[in-house]
Formats: sequence, C-alpha cells, structure tokens
Amino acid sequence: MDGYKLSIGSAAKLLRGREISSKELTQSVLDRIAAVDGKIGAYLTLCRDEALAQAEEADRRLARPDAPPLCGIPLAIKDVLCTKGVRTTCGSKILENFIPPYDAHVISLLKDQGAVLVGKTNMDEFAMGSSTENSAYFPTRNPWDTARIPGGSSGGSAAAVAADMCLAALGSDTGGSVRQPASHCGVVGIKPTYGRVSRFGLVAYASSLDQVGVMAKDVSDCALLLQAIAGHDRRDSTSANVPVPAYSAAGPATLRGLRIGVVEDYVKTEGIDPDVSRAFDSTVAALTAQGAEVVSVRLPHARHAVSAYYIIAPAEASSNLARYDGVKYGYRAPDSGDLLDMYFDTRSRGFGDEVKRRILIGTYALSSGYYDAYYRKASQVRTLLCRDFTEAFSLCDLVVSPVAPTPAFHLGEKTEDPLTMYLSDIFTLSVNLAGLPGISVPCGFSSQGLPIGFQIIGDYFAEEKILGLARSLEAILGIAGMRPEL
Amino acid sequence: MKITEEEIRHVARLARLSLKDEDVLTFTRQVDEVLSYMEVLNSLDTTGVPVFRVPTLAENVFRADAPAPGLSNEEALANAPEKDGNDFLVPKVI
Repeated sequence: MDGYKLSIGSAAKLLRGREISSKELTQSVLDRIAAVDGKIGAYLTLCRDEALAQAEEADRRLARPDAPPLCGIPLAIKDVLCTKGVRTTCGSKILENFIPPYDAHVISLLKDQGAVLVGKTNMDEFAMGSSTENSAYFPTRNPWDTARIPGGSSGGSAAAVAADMCLAALGSDTGGSVRQPASHCGVVGIKPTYGRVSRFGLVAYASSLDQVGVMAKDVSDCALLLQAIAGHDRRDSTSANVPVPAYSAAGPATLRGLRIGVVEDYVKTEGIDPDVSRAFDSTVAALTAQGAEVVSVRLPHARHAVSAYYIIAPAEASSNLARYDGVKYGYRAPDSGDLLDMYFDTRSRGFGDEVKRRILIGTYALSSGYYDAYYRKASQVRTLLCRDFTEAFSLCDLVVSPVAPTPAFHLGEKTEDPLTMYLSDIFTLSVNLAGLPGISVPCGFSSQGLPIGFQIIGDYFAEEKILGLARSLEAILGIAGMRPEL
Repeated sequence: MKITEEEIRHVARLARLSLKDEDVLTFTRQVDEVLSYMEVLNSLDTTGVPVFRVPTLAENVFRADAPAPGLSNEEALANAPEKDGNDFLVPKVI
C-alpha cells in the first residue's frame, strides 16, 4: 500500500483497523522522501531512527481502543519549532548546531498523542521571506513546477505536504507564512487567532504577530491537527485562556444565508494576476450559487498593511534577534579579539542578508528620535486596521480574499528586489496585524497548472466557522485530492 | 534619500553588525527604498488613535513567584560554544 498518499483521516482508520501499522506507514513516508526530496529540498533534518522508534511505540498504543487521533501519524515540523534532542536551525547558519534541551509546547502535545515526527522542514532564515530562498542551506522547490518557489516562509512544510512526504505539517505564520505557501503548493493552511496556540518553543521573529499554524492535505486533517495543538499554555503569557471547540467534529457550513464579505479594496489591487482574479471570482460565484450572500466590505487601511508590517516585524525582530551573541548557544565566530569583536564577527557571519536587512530597518525604526515616526505610527495603523475588520464583521460572517496576488513565481525572480518580495504578502499581512484567524484553501489552478488558494478570514476565535466554510468549499470544488506528478 | 550611508553604518554598529563597504551601499539603497515606501503612513492622520493592543488579551497575566524545576546547569550549558566548568566562557571583556 502507498501509505504516504493517505490523509490523516484515512490513515487513522486503517491504523485502528490494523490494516496498516504505523511502522509501515512511517517507512512508506521515509521511502517517499528518499525517492523525491532530492528534487524538492523540503527537509533540513530527517529523524529516521527516532521516527521509526516513535512508530513502534505508536503501534503498541494503537492496540488499545483509546489511542489518540494522531497516534502513529507521520508529521513534518517547520524548523522554527524547538524539538528536544533534534537540531533546530530556523533556516540559519547561526543555529546550525543548536540542539534544543526542551520541546516546544505544540511538539509536546503531538508527542503526547503518539504522533511520529519524521523531520524538520526548510524555511526562510528566521521565517523572514516569502519564497524559502532565504534559507541559509538551500532553496525548496515547488512540487507542481520545480523551477518555481513553494512560497514561504513555511515552504518546506508546504512542499512536504504537497509531495506526500508527510501526512501533514506544522508551520508558523507571521505575515502569511502558512497561508501563502499553502496557496502556492495546493494544500490547506490555517493561521489561528493570535493566542490560540502557544508560542512556547517557537523561535521568535516578531512576537506580536507570530503564530503556529497547520498545513494539511484536506480541511478535515487541518481541523484535526489544529485541535491537537490549540489551547492555553501558562508558559506563553500571550496564550489565550479560551475553551477550544471541537474543530474536528464540526461539519460543513450551511451556505444558505451565510454572509460572505468581499473586500472592495482588495479587488482593486494593482498587479493582481488575471488567473488569480478569475479563480477568486469563480469561487465566490460557486458559493453564491449554493445560497451564500455576497456583501461588499471595506478595509480602508489595508493599503497601509505592507508599510505597517515592515516596520513592526523588523522592529520586533531586531530586538528578538539580539539574543544571538555567540555566548549561550549557536554559532560563535572563532579567533575574535575581545568580547565586542566576537559579537560583531558572530552576527555578521551567522546571519544572512535578509535577516541583516530587517535588523537594520528595525534598529533604525526603534532608534532615538524615530520611534514616534515609525513604530508608534505603524502601531496606530494597526488599531485602525482592527477597527476596519470590526466594521466588516458587523456586516458579514466571514471575509474572503485571494491569498497571494500571483501564483508561485520562479526561483530568483524577486531575490534582488526586497520591496517587490514584500508586496507579495499584501493580502495576508492584515490578518496578522489584526491578530485574526485565516485559512488558505485550494480553489483552482492557473493556466500554467499552478495551484491558487482562496483566503477565508474570521473574527477572533472563529476558527470553527472558517473551517466550516472551507469544508463546504472543498466539497463544492472537488479538487482536494489533486497532487503534482513527481 | 530617507537614510544615508553614514546612518546605515551607525545603525549597524548599534545592532552589532559589521558591514563591508560594498554591503553598506546595497543595504543603504534597499533600506532607503523600503523606508520611502513607508512614507505613505505619514499622510495618515492618526491623532488620538491609541497604539495597538491585542484585543484577545485584555488583561495582564500574572503567576505566583514560586520556584519550579528548570533546566539543569548541564542542559543550559550543553549548547554553549565555549564553557568552563559551570560557566559560559567568553573572550576577554577588558
């Protein structure tokens, strides 16, 4: 049996029926990785022996009737999450040999369920990027067209799911880093409400925006995995103490009478690819044909999202990344003179150009005399954007938009021009700035056969509602099972 | 120009980054381009608008200041580039 092709839902049934063992399933995924990852480059670190040992343990647990839903399921983890005893690089040379002494909260939860962790996936260095080309190790390629980027920064996780090199994966989303690669790779990716999932053990990039997210082959798997990682954790002071609904038990939304907000300001965006517009419009039309009601909503401050984001995120990054000093862990430049020289040498050799660029922007924005003009102003814009969303949600149940303005672009196409790269996040950034949940669901293909995603944005803690509409959409469109040929 | 080469050198020093001369040129151009794009924010009147607070986190979070198990000395030092017994070792400070 080609176990690697399975969804979590179907694998869980087979595991319980003893029709396949977790060890066979895990071996099948490892064989698949050995066969195709040379073309894709999704994994930075493989945990072959650990995974097979976890699978054997899972098989023992699966003999009992109360085995948890993810028991024995092979998953991939973005290399931004700390895994005890397994190196965690965050895509950076500065953490090349870092072996965390503890597990991130979400990793503990997955291990408690008996999930099998097959490896750590590639990413833009410190999650700074939209193409995974900023990885200090190697770029990841899009399984639908290996001349193209998989999106980023969770490009490795998205590509691993799309190429059946895991059953599902965890990513992180600071400005679209789960939804945009999910869109480019034709998988489902959700970024939960800020605070819904603990950030304990997530390597910090921009703390007021970072959130752990899920990438999966279908909406039902996405709900199952979100269910496993959501909830309060006292080790993250921004973790919300709000009950977790039964995401995995909820069915499709009732479309009749559901008010779907189409963002007027987004429809008019310059530079949006005609294939993306077409896919978006026909998806909205498919929903209205089923009785959903389209409401036009406005987000007047969304046009400032890119500016606000690229002040706030670099500012917070410049502070968070001050910890990489070559003393406690990570790379230290050898043969430096005194302590200060060692700091300079370590950071200059350990960080890549995009990380340096953002540290420079952030340090400038926070430096004496500039705080009011930049960080404070950007934070006020965030408040205004939040008010826009509150207004929108008074008129509709869910807001919808494209995920990215174009399908996956070619490797090297935007690396020389940071600003153009930043603009590719235009539809996803607002969601992080407001702290709202959002999902990308596959909704069609470009004329060149590249996947295109549809973004559904909900009010705070409305993940259940988002997943409901995503399930309906998946049923109407019937493209969830489509996979690239490799 | 929003930012000069001298300012980039100054900011880099603050951030403990040493830049080669050719990098200073590139970073100045790129950071300037980004900051110029941000200029549009100044056209927005934000008088009286409060700075952002995450709406889902209305209250401060406190916990009892009680001792709890943490990393052992050995675990804390396991990733240190250089150590000496129970301490992190750094190049001379003075």
